[in-house]
Order: sequence, then C-alpha cells, then structure tokens
Amino acid sequence: MLFIVLGLVVAGLIAFIVGVARIKIATNINPTIKMHSRVGYYGTYSLIWTTVPALIVTLLWSSISPHTINMVVKADIMKSAPQLTKAEHTLIMGHASLLAERILALNLQKNEILLSAQRSMATAGELFQFLKKEGVVFGGLPQPHVISAALNLVVLKEQSLWFITSIASVLSLVGFLYAFIRVRPRMQARNSVEAVVLAGFIFASMIAVLTTFGIVASVVFETVEFFNHVSLDNFFLGTTWDPRFTSADLNRGEGQFGFLPLLWGTLYITFVSLLFAVPIGLHTAVYLSEYASTRFRNVVKPLLEILAGIPTIVYGFFALITFGPFLRDTGAILGFDITSTSVLSAGMVMGIMIIPFVSSLSDDIISAVPQSLREGSYGLGATKSETIRRIILPAALPGIVGAVLLAASRAIGETMIVVLAAGIAANLTINPLEPVTTITVKIVSQLTGDLEFNSPQTLVAFALGLTLFMMTLILNIYALYIVRKYKEQYD
Amino acid sequence: MSTTTNTVAEQVRSRYQPQHPSHLRKRYRSEWFFKIYGLVSVLIGLSFLFIMFTSIIWNGWSAFLQANLKLEVFLDQKKINPDGKSDLNTLRHVNFKSIMRNSLYEQLGLSGNLKPKIRRQLNKLLSRNADMQIREYVLANPSSIGKTVEVTVLAHGNVDAFLKGSISRDIPSEKRQINDQQVEWIDQLVSSGTLVMKWNWGLFKFGASSQPETAGLLVAIVGSIFMMLIVIVLAVPLGVAAAAYLEEFAPKNWITDIIEVNINNLAAVPSIVFGLLGLAVFINIFGLPRSTAIVGGLVLTLMTLPTVIIATRASIRAVPRSIREAALAMGASKMQTLFHHTLPLALPGVLTGTIIGLVQALGETAPLLMIGLVAFVVDVPSTLLEPSTALPVQIYMWARSAERGFVERTAGATIVMLIFIIFMNTIVAILRRRFESKW
Repeated sequence: MLFIVLGLVVAGLIAFIVGVARIKIATNINPTIKMHSRVGYYGTYSLIWTTVPALIVTLLWSSISPHTINMVVKADIMKSAPQLTKAEHTLIMGHASLLAERILALNLQKNEILLSAQRSMATAGELFQFLKKEGVVFGGLPQPHVISAALNLVVLKEQSLWFITSIASVLSLVGFLYAFIRVRPRMQARNSVEAVVLAGFIFASMIAVLTTFGIVASVVFETVEFFNHVSLDNFFLGTTWDPRFTSADLNRGEGQFGFLPLLWGTLYITFVSLLFAVPIGLHTAVYLSEYASTRFRNVVKPLLEILAGIPTIVYGFFALITFGPFLRDTGAILGFDITSTSVLSAGMVMGIMIIPFVSSLSDDIISAVPQSLREGSYGLGATKSETIRRIILPAALPGIVGAVLLAASRAIGETMIVVLAAGIAANLTINPLEPVTTITVKIVSQLTGDLEFNSPQTLVAFALGLTLFMMTLILNIYALYIVRKYKEQYD
Repeated sequence: MSTTTNTVAEQVRSRYQPQHPSHLRKRYRSEWFFKIYGLVSVLIGLSFLFIMFTSIIWNGWSAFLQANLKLEVFLDQKKINPDGKSDLNTLRHVNFKSIMRNSLYEQLGLSGNLKPKIRRQLNKLLSRNADMQIREYVLANPSSIGKTVEVTVLAHGNVDAFLKGSISRDIPSEKRQINDQQVEWIDQLVSSGTLVMKWNWGLFKFGASSQPETAGLLVAIVGSIFMMLIVIVLAVPLGVAAAAYLEEFAPKNWITDIIEVNINNLAAVPSIVFGLLGLAVFINIFGLPRSTAIVGGLVLTLMTLPTVIIATRASIRAVPRSIREAALAMGASKMQTLFHHTLPLALPGVLTGTIIGLVQALGETAPLLMIGLVAFVVDVPSTLLEPSTALPVQIYMWARSAERGFVERTAGATIVMLIFIIFMNTIVAILRRRFESKW
C-alpha cells in the first residue's frame, strides 16, 4: 500500500516535469501560438491525470479488499466444514487471521509458502509441520481448517496486493499518456485543473455528510443485529440491567437489557448538573455582560474559557480523588450517608464543566438583545436589575432555553466524568446520595475488554449509542432552531 | 370594566413608582443583591478552576520526584563476564539482582548470613526492575567491570510512597505496606545519603508497567503525537477545502443546506458516538488493527473536522469583499483569488481554529476507549500500525488503579497534559494578538 502511494508520488513529480517540458518545447517550436494557461497548470494537469485516478482506485480497493477477502475465506470455511456452528466458524476465522499475520510477518520466501499452499492437497498435519519448520510459532496444534484458512488468507492478500499494484501502474501510465497527448498550448489546462480542485473541495465538504451517514448506518446496522437477539420491550421497557457477560451463561436464557435505569441515571445526573450550572452560568453571564468593567471582563472571560477547555477526563479525575471523597466526608460529618460516586457528586462536577458553556452562550444571547429595549426601560425609571429581570431576560428567554438545551445535550453525551465519578450499578433511585449509572458508562463498559462481536452483550452498546445519538440529535436540532429563530427576531 | 383598569393601574403604580423613600431603598437593596449574586457566581466559577488546579498539582507534583538508591556496586568480573565479553547477550544472563542486593546489604552494614525472611524484606526496598538499570549501566560503560562504581537505581514504589508521606508512620506496622524494620532501614539509608529523591525522568522514559515506579508516559506521549500528526495532515486540508467550498463556491440550494446542518450537528454529537463509528467502520469494515494510532487519528480527525471548518469559514468570511473583487478585476479566476489572496489573509484564523481543534482532540478520551486504545503497551510504537495509547487514556487507566503510587502518577500525567494544552492555547493567544485583522 505505502509503496504504491510513494510510487505514485514519484510518478506524479515526473509527470509534472514532463508536462512542463512538453509545453515549453511546443511553444518554442511554434512561438506564434499563445498558451491558454500558465506553464505550471500544464504540469499540474499531467500530474493529476497520472496520480489521481490510480490513487482513488488504490484507496477504494484497500478499503474494501480486507473485508472481501475475509468474506471469501469465511465462505470457504463454511463450505469445508458445514457441520460446525456459526460461532465456531468465527473462532476459526479469528485464529486463521492471527496465523496469517504471523506467516506474513515472517517475510520469508513468500513464493515457496504460496506454492505449497496452492498445492494444498497436503493434509493439515503436513502443513503444520512445514510451517513450524519455517519458523512460525504455534501455541499447539491448531484446530482443523485453521491452517488452510490462514494460507488462503495469505494467498488472497498477496494476490490482492499484486492486483492493485498492477492496476494502479496501468492506470497511472494510461493517465500519463493521455495527458501527454492532450497537453497543447491551446488546451485550457487551468480550467481542467480548477475543476478537479473544485471536485476535491466538494468531496471534502461531503465528508461531514458521509460521517453522519456512517454513524447512522453503522450504528443502525449493529442495533438491528442486537434486536434480533433481544426483544424491543426487553430493551425499552425493561427495568433491570443485567447483561451477563460470560458466554457460559448463554444457555441460561438471555440477559436483561432494561434501558430505563440507564435513561433515568443519565437524565438524573443531567438534571442535577443543570440545576447547579444554569443559575451560576446565567448570573455569570448577566454580571459579565451588564455589570463588569471591561478590565474585569477581559481577565475573567479567558479564565472561564480555560474551564471550558479542560478535557473532561480531568474533571472525572477531580471528581474521583477530590470532590467525591470531599462530599462523602462532609456528609459523614452532617450525618448523611453519601457514597463517593453519588448522583450529587457526578452531577455537580458535570455542572462545573457546563458553567462556562451556559455562561458564554447566554452572554452572546444577552448581548444580542437590542440596546433600545434597555434604554426604554431605564427611561421609565427602572433600575439595572429590574431592567435585566423584567426586560432583558424575558426577551432573551427563548435563546436561553436553547442554550440550556444545548448544555443538556452535552451533559447527556458526556462520558469521561461519569465513567470515573458515577456508579456502575444500574439503580432506579431518586435518592441523590446514592449512585446511578448512565448510558455512556454502559457503552464504555460493554465495549472495553475482550470483544466477541456477535453477542448481544457487545451489540447492546450500539443500541445504546443509537438512542444516545437520537436524543442528542433531537435536542441539538431543536435548540439550534430556537437560537436561530431568536436571533432572527432581533436582526 | 373601569374598576379592573383602575386596579391594574394601581398595581403598576405600586410596583414601579417610588412613592416612599423606603420603597426606593428596597429597590436599591435588591439591585445590590442582584449584583452580588452575579459576582458570587463568577467567583464560584473561578474558585472551581482554582480548586481543580490546586487539587491536581497538590496530588501530582510528587510524581515528578522519585526515590532512588545510590548504591556502591562492586561489578565482579568473575560474576559478570569471565570471558571478557560485554555484549547484551552475555549480560542478559548475569544475575545483577544478587550483585545489587549484596551491595544494599553492605550499605546497611548487614552482611554474612541473613535469614531469608530478612533478606526478603530487604529486597523489597528495591524496585523489581532495578537490576535492569545496572545492566544498562554496564552496557554503557563496559570499562567499569571489575571496579566498584556508584549506580543509581530505583527504590520500590512503597519506599517512594513512604518517603513522600503517603504511607504514614502512624499506621500500625502490621497494616502498613512498610513494616517497622524496613522503616528503620529507610531512615538509616536516608541519613547516610544513599536514599535520595531525584527528578523522575522515568515518567517520560517508560511505558506501561504494573509497578508504579517503572510506569511512565512515553508510549502515551508518542501515541498522542502520532494522532495529532494524523489530525493535522488530514483535518487541515479537508477542513480548509470544505470551508472554502461552502464560503466561496457553493450555490445556495438544499444540498448546501444539508451539508451545513450536518457540520453544525456533528460538532455537537457526543464524542463516544464517534468511537462507535470508528469501531464499526474503521475496524470492522476496513479491517484496520485495533489499539493503533491510525484508527485513533482517523476518529479524532472526523471529530476535529467540524471545528476546523467552522473556524475557517468565519475567518474567510472576515476577509473583505474588496480584496476578492480587486483580484477578480485583475483577471484572476475564482480559484486563483482564493489561493493567492483570500486564504493567505485568512491563515491566522485557520491556524487558530486548527489549534483549538487539536487541543480538543488531545484531551478526547471516550472515542479512544471504544477503539481499544486501553491497552497495556510496554514498547514504544514506531509506526502508526502498532499498539499504542494516548495521554488522556493513560490518565484514565491509571486513575482506575488503586495503588497510591498510581494516583500520584495520574495527577502527574494530568499536569503533563495540561501543560501541553496551555502551551497550545498560548500559541493561539499569540497568533490572535499578532495577526489581529487590520480591516
């Protein structure tokens, strides 16, 4: 892969030089013809034709080929061992790809291995002996089919590499020749080059759409897979979260994937954090935009922005070692029994994170309220605080609601604070002194550790992720809509 | 009808008209209170900033110091290399542990036949990997074989914690990780100048380890740098291209609208969802290896892209129309106007946006957990396809280990990360000040 790209870069440079040389020679031969574009554009034209098509094909191929190869090999395994279950096929496949990597890493005379593999009339035992002699490290005699599947993989990988290398070289050569013929003084090289650049621009701006599409497609795909294993009402209406991790439990019935305790925990922590952050953030915004001197503002605003720029893992660690224990000890003195991973501590630390978010958004919104409203109010004899409370805040209310919704969406999707500072157990409790867990915590805990990709225990993370994505998406769109509507109102 | 109007008028009057001096005083008082609420809120926000930094520095400064033992080691040629060779292969089989331990016993004035129990307790003063340090020393100075030299080796994590005061003397001996006998030895070693605190280079030299004293950030720092490079290489050109298209070329139609809505929304999608995308697309479909910098870099690129696009668009928009029109009037094409005039003028804004995006990417943890960067990686990765970790993920992993030595290192790692972030933010501030636009 890498050497194809490097080769294309070199070919491109050569093509550039050839293109420039050709146009110069052509104009020297016949100086009466005026060039359409500047010299460099002809070189670039030639470079583009030499590299871009080949590069696109290479990238496309290398992004689909691993998957295709795996499918082919897997189909082969199924054909040669139809009596085994799906899980066993996956297992064989996993072992085979590990073995294939080890064979490829050896980098010995590949041809020899390839040949012997293609003569795969040899039995598994013979192949095993052969590979062992060549220096492949085995943990023991692998299961039947593993070795042949691994060799299959190696062969296909080699073939795929050969294939793409030759295709890329052919494409590059053809492109180069085409450009070589096309490059003439009257040719509109700049227009073509600019069209290609513009196409690149359009592609770049489509990436955002592709990403959203990718998120939705991948997550939906796995979620559908999950709901093949687990019923919809087990997930959406269940009140017990107990996914049973080990595969030994599989025959003891499906685990409980009740989503409600997680939803409750997420919303509860978000609520506590907003309860803490909104008054503080709002008062901060009001003070900074209406009362503070310019100097005070210039010092304090950047400091609050630091608070917004600190990675959330730092907040999580702060909650874990300082804030949680502090609350617990304070509670102990006052006679409350507060666990250090309580809703209160996670929510408050999340609130600290949200304060600058709320304050800077509301600051913008308060500044957007027209000055005439303020002056009208002052003219009627209202004090500053009366103006703010009775005129500015009501006028800014829709915008502030939008800001709070954005903050809520952020709190709902926040992961690292709750992973370190909230609980693990999925409780349905309204006591803020007890721990709850959140959607994001469970996504993390279901997906870190050993992955067995087809079990509902890991797939549930995608169902949770999709729910999370939809929740935040709706909140965001609605909030952005409100904020935009609000801004239009005063424009 | 008229009565209601009257009452409303009265209500308004009673609310807003200063009929009484005492009423006025009340209003001024509430004015003052309102102002104070605002000030208190600001101070609460700032005090949390202060508390957080203090707490982390308080917990973390000691991670930059480490207890070391300066041992007088006799490198006996008979034990090390009777045949005179001093290459790695020979030295690998030498029992430096016993050489080192004997030197420690002598330092404490304990020699001859010690009881195995005493020996074991003595050995627990040394780091488990301390013998490697002597081996490295010998490898670097082969001429020292046969002589007595002073070598500095790491003390055990518990000794370190004891010296830093996190294992208290007041705890009864049987509950303490360090017993009374060992405390006596430690005091003796400190007073003889053998046991000293030194700057902890190991924090930047080692990879993952189960022993706090030999756990370091090197793999994480290298991994983070790799990912930052990928983000720079991919997100900047793509982001600038997208922003330039949307600002300068895109027609106003529904496709452009969709793209814009998408970009704004992506900036607000929870980061963990990007991790799910990376897992499902880059690892499961494209077959890229797990736990590697390349997958992490790609996911972070997708996350940073909206930030770069939004910042670049703003700075392109800030370039006055007159400059574009002048260029177009001189016969430049739209593309030439963009590349020769608009983009260079917008560059400071682009840089600022990029660095802000990088800071965000540097601290991002959740998506990296999804793609398996939570690995125990001892060796420094040399390519993008080797297992690696990242700074925030290392913080996460250490934060979850219970040992006191790791708590201190977590905070130390946080300090390192915050220093990186503050450094990058300073660059932003300087760029903003220096290139503040003149129009």
